[in-house]
Amino acid sequence: MDQIISIKPLLAVLVSLLIIPMLISSSDKPNVREGWTFTAGIIKFLIVASMLPLVLQGKEIVLTLFEIAPGASIAFKVDGLGMLFALVASSLWIVTSMYSIGYMRTLKEHGQTRFASFFALALSATIGVAFSANLLTLYLFYEILSLATYPLVVHHQDKKSKISGRRYLTFILGTSVAFVLPAMLYCYHVTGTLEFTTAGIFAPGQMSKPALTVLLLMFVFGFAKAGIMPFHSWLPAAMVAPTPVSALLHAVAVVKVGVFSIVRVLTGIFGVDLLAQFNLGIIVATIAAITILLSSCIAMSQDELKRRLAFSTISQLSYIIFGVALLTPMGLLGGVIHIAMHAFGKITLFFCAGAIYVATGKKYISQMKGLGKTMPITFAAFFIGALGVIGLPPSGGFYSKWYLLIGTLESEYKFLMAILLVSSFLNAFYFLPIVYQGFFSKSDEEPSNKAETSGATTIKEAPLWCVVPLVITAIISVVLFFYPDIFVNLVKIGLGL
Amino acid sequence: MSEILPIIVAKYNYWLYIILMMIGLYAMISKNNLIKKLVGMNIFQTSIILFYVSIGYKTNATIPIIENAHGDSHSPHELIIHAADYINPLPHVLMLTAIVVSVATFGVALALAVKIYQRYQTLEEDEIRMRLTEE
Amino acid sequence: MINTNYPAILVLSPLLAALMCSIFSWCAKKLCYPTAIISLGISLYASIEVLMQVMDTGTIQYRMAGWAPPMGIEYRIDLLNAIVLLLVISIALINLVASYQSVNQEIGKKSNTFYAIYLLFVTGLVGITATGDLFNLYVLLEITSLTSYAQIAMGDKDRGPLASLNYVFIGVIGASFYLLGVGYIYIMTGSLNMVDVASLLPSLHGSSAVLVAFIFCMLGIWIKMALFPLHVWLPNAYTYAPTVVSRILAPLMTKVMVYVMIRLMITVFGFEYLFEKLNLAEAVVWLATIAILAGAIMAMAQKDLKKMLTYIIVCEIGYMVGGAWLGNELGMTGAILHIVNDALMTFALFLALGNIVYKLKSVHFDNLKGLFGKMPWTMAGFVLGAFSIIGIPPTCGFFSKWYLILGAFEKGAYHFAGALIISSLLCAVLFFRIFEIGFFNNEHDEHNTITMSEAPVSMLIPLGLVSLSLIITGLYSSSIVNKIILPFLQ
Repeated sequence: MDQIISIKPLLAVLVSLLIIPMLISSSDKPNVREGWTFTAGIIKFLIVASMLPLVLQGKEIVLTLFEIAPGASIAFKVDGLGMLFALVASSLWIVTSMYSIGYMRTLKEHGQTRFASFFALALSATIGVAFSANLLTLYLFYEILSLATYPLVVHHQDKKSKISGRRYLTFILGTSVAFVLPAMLYCYHVTGTLEFTTAGIFAPGQMSKPALTVLLLMFVFGFAKAGIMPFHSWLPAAMVAPTPVSALLHAVAVVKVGVFSIVRVLTGIFGVDLLAQFNLGIIVATIAAITILLSSCIAMSQDELKRRLAFSTISQLSYIIFGVALLTPMGLLGGVIHIAMHAFGKITLFFCAGAIYVATGKKYISQMKGLGKTMPITFAAFFIGALGVIGLPPSGGFYSKWYLLIGTLESEYKFLMAILLVSSFLNAFYFLPIVYQGFFSKSDEEPSNKAETSGATTIKEAPLWCVVPLVITAIISVVLFFYPDIFVNLVKIGLGL
Repeated sequence: MSEILPIIVAKYNYWLYIILMMIGLYAMISKNNLIKKLVGMNIFQTSIILFYVSIGYKTNATIPIIENAHGDSHSPHELIIHAADYINPLPHVLMLTAIVVSVATFGVALALAVKIYQRYQTLEEDEIRMRLTEE
Repeated sequence: MINTNYPAILVLSPLLAALMCSIFSWCAKKLCYPTAIISLGISLYASIEVLMQVMDTGTIQYRMAGWAPPMGIEYRIDLLNAIVLLLVISIALINLVASYQSVNQEIGKKSNTFYAIYLLFVTGLVGITATGDLFNLYVLLEITSLTSYAQIAMGDKDRGPLASLNYVFIGVIGASFYLLGVGYIYIMTGSLNMVDVASLLPSLHGSSAVLVAFIFCMLGIWIKMALFPLHVWLPNAYTYAPTVVSRILAPLMTKVMVYVMIRLMITVFGFEYLFEKLNLAEAVVWLATIAILAGAIMAMAQKDLKKMLTYIIVCEIGYMVGGAWLGNELGMTGAILHIVNDALMTFALFLALGNIVYKLKSVHFDNLKGLFGKMPWTMAGFVLGAFSIIGIPPTCGFFSKWYLILGAFEKGAYHFAGALIISSLLCAVLFFRIFEIGFFNNEHDEHNTITMSEAPVSMLIPLGLVSLSLIITGLYSSSIVNKIILPFLQ
C-alpha cells in the first residue's frame, strides 16, 4: 500500500492542544474563548478532511515522531478506519462546541474555561487514538483521554460527582493499567513489534490457544471504555457530567475510543485470520451478545433519561464489537460503520436530553409526558435519533444493522442473528414510548398550573444554540441513509475488504 | 571442640572484632538512653577500625620506614626490600581517615543529642516517645 | 589543561565553595548564596563537558594528584556516572534556585552556614558518583551522610533532631558494613581500585571471603538506600527535614545509592559472579517485589502528603533494585533509566510539595482542600509528577516501567512484573486521593470562592522546567537508552 509521509496527522492532533493556552488566556472573555474553540474545531476538521481524498485512493499517511524501542514508536498512520473515526469525532466537536455554549451559558455553569480546555485536550487524545499507527501510541492517547475527561466528569465538584469520578477512574484507568499494559508488553515481549498490520503480529504457531485467549480477554476487558460488561458501570456513573460531555465524550469520543481500540487490536494485532483459525471470535461475540441483551434490559428500567441513554450506549457499543468478532466481511463492515452511524444518532439523543433539561429542568422520563407539544423540534429530532439507534430507515443506523444481520448469516453461528433481532425490539421498546408519550400523552402537571393550559400548544424550545446542533445531527443522521458511501468505502479500504 | 579451638585461636583478631561489633550493635539496639546508644555506636565503629589495623599487621615485621632510601647509602645491597619485613601501611592509613569520620559522626550525633535534651529535658528514648505521642 | 581536569573541577568547585561559604558566613553574609550558585554552575558546566567527552572518546580516567592507581585515587567516569553526575548537579543547582525563599523562611538566620553544608553534601554525592576507588567511596559516603544528618536536624524543631539521630545510628551501621565489606575485598585482592579489584576477583570466585565481602557491601548499601525492610529511618528523616533538604535528599540520596549498587554489581563483582556463581538473584528480586508492594501499601496509610511521598520512594527503590537484579540487559536498562527518571519525578513532586509547604505550612490532607483553585500552577506540576510515578505515557515513568516489565517477562519473573503493575494502580489510588481532596472543596463553604495564592515565580519556574522535563525525557528515553545505557552495558 502506498504510504505518504505527512505532518498532517500530527497537526490534527495538536490543533486542539495548542488552543488551550489561548482558552486560558481569554478566560474572562467568553466570546473570544468560544471563538478560539470554533476556530480550532474547524481547522481540525479541515485538516482531517484534507486527508480524506488520499485515504479514499487507498493511500496511507504516516508519520513517525519518536522511536521508543525497536518496533515500538510513537507514530501516526491514517488509514480508512482511523479516518472514519476522526471524521466523526472532529465534525461532531464543532457541533458540540456550539451546543455547549447554549447549555453551559444557560445553566450558568462555573469553570467554563476549564471545561473548554479539557474538552479540547480530550479531542486531541481522541484524534490521536484514531491516527495511532501502533498499540503503544494508541495506549498513550487512550490514557491521556482517560485523564483529560476526569475533570469533565467531576465538573460539578459536589459529592455525587466525586463518587462517580472515583468509579470512572477506577474502571477506566484501573483496567487499562491492570490488563492492557501487561498484555501489550507481553505482545511486545513475544513479537518485538506493536505495529498494526492486517495480518496480525503473531507468527503462525507462536502462541498457543490458551495464551491467545487470555491475551484477547485482557485486551477486550482492559479497554473498559468500550463498556463491555462487567466493566460497564463507569458509563452510567459518568452521566453526572454536563450534557455536552455526555453527548460528545460518552456517546462518541470516549466510548468509541474504547471500541476502536478493541477493533484495532482484533484486526491489527491478532489479525482476523488468526482469530478465525483458533475460533476466538465466538468468545468475544458471546461476551458482546450478553452485554447487548443485559444492558438493553437494564435500559428499559431506567427512568432518568441520560441513564437510559447510557445503558443504550453500552448495548450499542457491543454491537460494534459483536460485528467485528463475527470475523466475516459483512460483520466487520457493519460493526465498524456502526461507529459512525451510532455516533450521529446517539449524540442527537443526548443533545435532546440536554435541551429538555435546559428548557424545563426535567431529567426523568416520567416527567416528560406531553412535552413534545411544547418542544416539537427537540422531540422530532429525538425520534430520528432513536430510529438511528434502533436501526430503522430513514436513518444511517439502518445500514449498520443491515450489514450486521448479513454478517451473522455469513458466519457459522447463525443463531446470533436472533440476538440482534431481539435487541432491536428491546431498543424500540425503550425509545419509542418516550417519543409517543412526549407527543400524545397529557402532561401530569398540566391540571395544576391552569394558567398555562391555554398555552398547551405554546412552543417553548431550548435556546437556539441548543436546538440548532441537534437539528444538524438529526439531519446528518438522515442524510447518511441516502449517502452512506463515504463511510462504507472508508471501512472497506481500512479493512481491505 | 578441639577442632574449632585452633580456628578461633589462629584468627583471634577476627573473633575479637566480631565480639566488639556485637557489643556495639547490642548497645545501639537495646539501650534506652541515647548517650549509651552513641557509645555503642562508637564501639561498633572502633571494632571495624581494629579489624583493619589487624589485617595490616605481620609478625616479626617493622614499621614501613625504609632507612637510607634516598640514595645516600654506602652499601647498595641494603636497599633490597622484603615486603615481609614491613607492616602493610595502607590499612593503617585508611583507618586514619576512618577515625576522622567516626569522630565527626560522634560529634554530630552528640550535638543532636544536646538539641534533643534541650527540647525534651531528657535523653531516655521512651520518655521522648511518650512526649511526642502526648503532643 | 582545563579540558583534562573536568573530573576534578566537578568535585573541587563545590568543596572549595563550601569552605568559602563558611568563611563568608562570618564576614560577608551576602556572598554565601551567590557563591553556592556559581560553584554549582561551574560544576554543571564541567559535568556537561565530561558527558560530552565520555560520549566522544569513552571512559575518562583521572588520577587525583597524579598518583597512579591502584595506590592513588582514580576518578573513573564512564557513561553511567557521567549521566548520574549531570543529574545530581543539575538537580542540586535547580533546587538551590527554587528553594531560596523557602530556605529564608524555614532556616532563617542560619541559612548562610546552611549553604556551606549543602555544598559539602553535593560534593559528597558528586564524589561518590565519580570515584573509582572503593575506600574513597566510603569516605565520600560518610561526608554525604554527615552533612545530611546536620541538614535534617535543621528541620522540624520537635522531631527533626530525633529523626536525624535515628538516621545517624542506622547510617553508621550501613556505612560500617560497607567498610567491612571493603576490608574483606582488600584482604583478598590487596587493592581498592574498582577496576583493579574486578580484574583480580575472577580467580577468587569460590572464596567465601569474597562472598562475605559482597554480602556486607550490599547490606551496607541497602541500608543506606532504604530497601525494605531496611527502610525504617527514611520516612521520618525525610519528612522532618526542611523543605530544601528533603527536596534534594528524596530525589538524589537513594538514587545515588542505587547507582553505587549497580556500580558494584557491574564494575566490581561482575555479572558472571552475581548471576552464575551466586544464587541470590531470585531472592533479591522477590525482596524487591515485596519492597514495592510494602512501600505502596504503607503509603496508603499516611495522612500527610510529605510522608506519603517518602513511602513512595521506598516503593520506587524496589523498582530499581529488582530491575538491576533481574540479571538481563532489559532489566538493567530499566533500572538505570529509572535512576534518571525517578530522580526527576521525585524532584518534581518535592518541588511542588515545597511550594505547598511554603504557602500552607502543613501538608496534612485536611489542609489540602481546594488546592487546585489556590495553587493551580503548582498543582499542574504536581499532577505531572504524579502521572509519571503512576506511569502514564508520555511521562518518563512509563518508559522505565516499560523496560522493567519487559525485563521481568524475559526473566520469567512474573511476580516482579505483577508488583510493578499493582504498584502503578496503588500509586494511582494514592495520587487521585490527593487530587480529589485538592479538587473538591469543603461542601459546606461551596460558595466561598477560593482566592488564588500561588508560590513566588522563582519557585514556580523551576517546577515548570522539571515537570516539562518529565515529558521530554520520556519522549527521548530511547536516545538515553541507545546512546548511554546500552553502550555502557556492552
